[in-house]
Amino acid sequence: MEELLLILKRMHPDVDFETNDDLIGEGVLDSLDIVTLITEINTTFDVAIPAEEVIPENFNSAEAIFAMIERLDEE
Amino acid sequence: MEFHSTSFLLFAFVTLLLYFTVPKRFQWWILLAANYVFYAFAGLKYLAFLLFTTLVAYVIARWMQQRIDAEDAYVLAHRDTMEKAERKAFRSSEKKKRLHLLLTGLFLTLGLLAVVKYTGFVLSGVRTIWVSMGNRPFSVPTLLLPLGISFYTFQTVGYLIDVYRKKIKAERNLAKFALFVSFFPQLIQGPLSRFGDLGEQLTSPHAFSGSAFGAGLLRVVWGYFKKIVVADTAMIAVRTLVEQSTAYNGVYVFLLILLYSVQIYGDFTGGIDITIGLSEMMGIRLAENFNRPFASRSTKEYWRRWHITMGAWFTDYVFYPLSVSNSMQRLSKWSRAHLGEQIGKRLPVYFATVVTWFLTGLWHGAGMNFIVWGLLNCLVILVSQELQPLYTRFHKRFPGLAERKGWQIFQCVRTFLLMGWIRSLDCYRDVSKTFYLWGTVFTKWNLPALLAGGWLDLGLSVVDWFVLGGGILLIFAVSQLGKREPLRYRLVKRPAVLCLCICILTVLILLFGSYGIGYDASDFIYGQF
Repeated sequence: MEELLLILKRMHPDVDFETNDDLIGEGVLDSLDIVTLITEINTTFDVAIPAEEVIPENFNSAEAIFAMIERLDEE
Repeated sequence: MEFHSTSFLLFAFVTLLLYFTVPKRFQWWILLAANYVFYAFAGLKYLAFLLFTTLVAYVIARWMQQRIDAEDAYVLAHRDTMEKAERKAFRSSEKKKRLHLLLTGLFLTLGLLAVVKYTGFVLSGVRTIWVSMGNRPFSVPTLLLPLGISFYTFQTVGYLIDVYRKKIKAERNLAKFALFVSFFPQLIQGPLSRFGDLGEQLTSPHAFSGSAFGAGLLRVVWGYFKKIVVADTAMIAVRTLVEQSTAYNGVYVFLLILLYSVQIYGDFTGGIDITIGLSEMMGIRLAENFNRPFASRSTKEYWRRWHITMGAWFTDYVFYPLSVSNSMQRLSKWSRAHLGEQIGKRLPVYFATVVTWFLTGLWHGAGMNFIVWGLLNCLVILVSQELQPLYTRFHKRFPGLAERKGWQIFQCVRTFLLMGWIRSLDCYRDVSKTFYLWGTVFTKWNLPALLAGGWLDLGLSVVDWFVLGGGILLIFAVSQLGKREPLRYRLVKRPAVLCLCICILTVLILLFGSYGIGYDASDFIYGQF
């Protein structure tokens, strides 16, 4: 989780990713951020995120993103 | 059978009557029959295209579902003995096999669309090159475009991809699947529905609900108003300005941009209102396709509010699959290492954006004007993205400006004009001519001629201009009043509203519709896409 928070902080230093749970709804993460994030996750966690997982519910909070990484790693 | 024809009104009436009088378990059969009758009116030969797409998608989806079920059963049966890596490898190999099936389905359905829609365009291009090499020209066959093929093909492709992604289960019943592909209210101009949202709704029984019926009817009436009174009135002036574009340049091009924006808004949102309203009368909720698009403050926002279902389709099925694909991820890593962090980060997104907009343009029509339209939209979005740091600095310099009403109105007007400007490529259908005419806005000063009576030479009388202006104001007022809750839901709570809207509908059709003296309702613009 800490590694993920570091990645997110590098992208938007001014956002509190530990509390914000509407990253997509509030427009914090746009398509450019999401694709960048997916590349970072791929490199750091060795988890490939397929296009069907790119839905707001999976990217609305750091917690949701981490849950998705864990789930995809398990599958 | 156009939405504004007498035959359609009669057809819709009979369908609704049968839908609510047969036993509920037969309702979806009535809908299916109505769909095919509706489609047969367009031409019996076109039914073959619809049936082909339906059958191909049904068979391929069922095949994929069988593989998915077998895969899940195998993993479940071996859950105690399979290692994680082994399970992943098995799932990955199954996904690859499923992908082959998906690609076959996409090749057949999109291939059919490509042949009927783009053969003429491609052959014309080939002929131009052929002739420029000194050869004799050959004739290009004209293929008629089957009604609604772009919409039902895209809807079917979405279904196939959703089954492939295990987002939905493939429909077992062929007739129920055929109903989803051919649902008549949305067959001509969308919205592009997803099987997960619509499939079950179409086949579920629906009891008659006075409030749903009334609200739906009000929306249908409102759709006819927008189409017949506003869009078709604006269309008269637009047609004059386009047909006599040599004479009507300079400020007239600017007028065309404004009028065409009004026309396409009334035409497309009106058509969608009829579609969604008619479905609502039957208790079926379709996805919204518009959310006050002209209130958008940026191009990005505009495309989240205009033709929403198409935008979502391209985002889900083209943009993300492309930008997060393995090859794009590899390209990103490579370019980050060799070209720097900033370029590497942008490359996959920008590449996917260009491809998405190129295809969006091509989907709208087989012509260079549509492709250029798509790419110009893309350019505006990418430039806005790149200028973001500049905007941030600007707003830091002028704190509080972004919250001011005046600034927000300026942003809306700017977006409206920019989108209208690009959209005028639709009108002239010739890229070089359009660019030339855009240039005349800055080089020809003919505003005095327009104000001195030129506006009355465009086919609209003073009364017509007032009707158009009044219609635009009414649309604006209804949009403002319905910000929180659509106005029709408030109106429908009043008991006399049903009679009232039936009366309005009748009067509108009599005054402005097919029965009106000398009135010729035009086809829906999006019907041709």
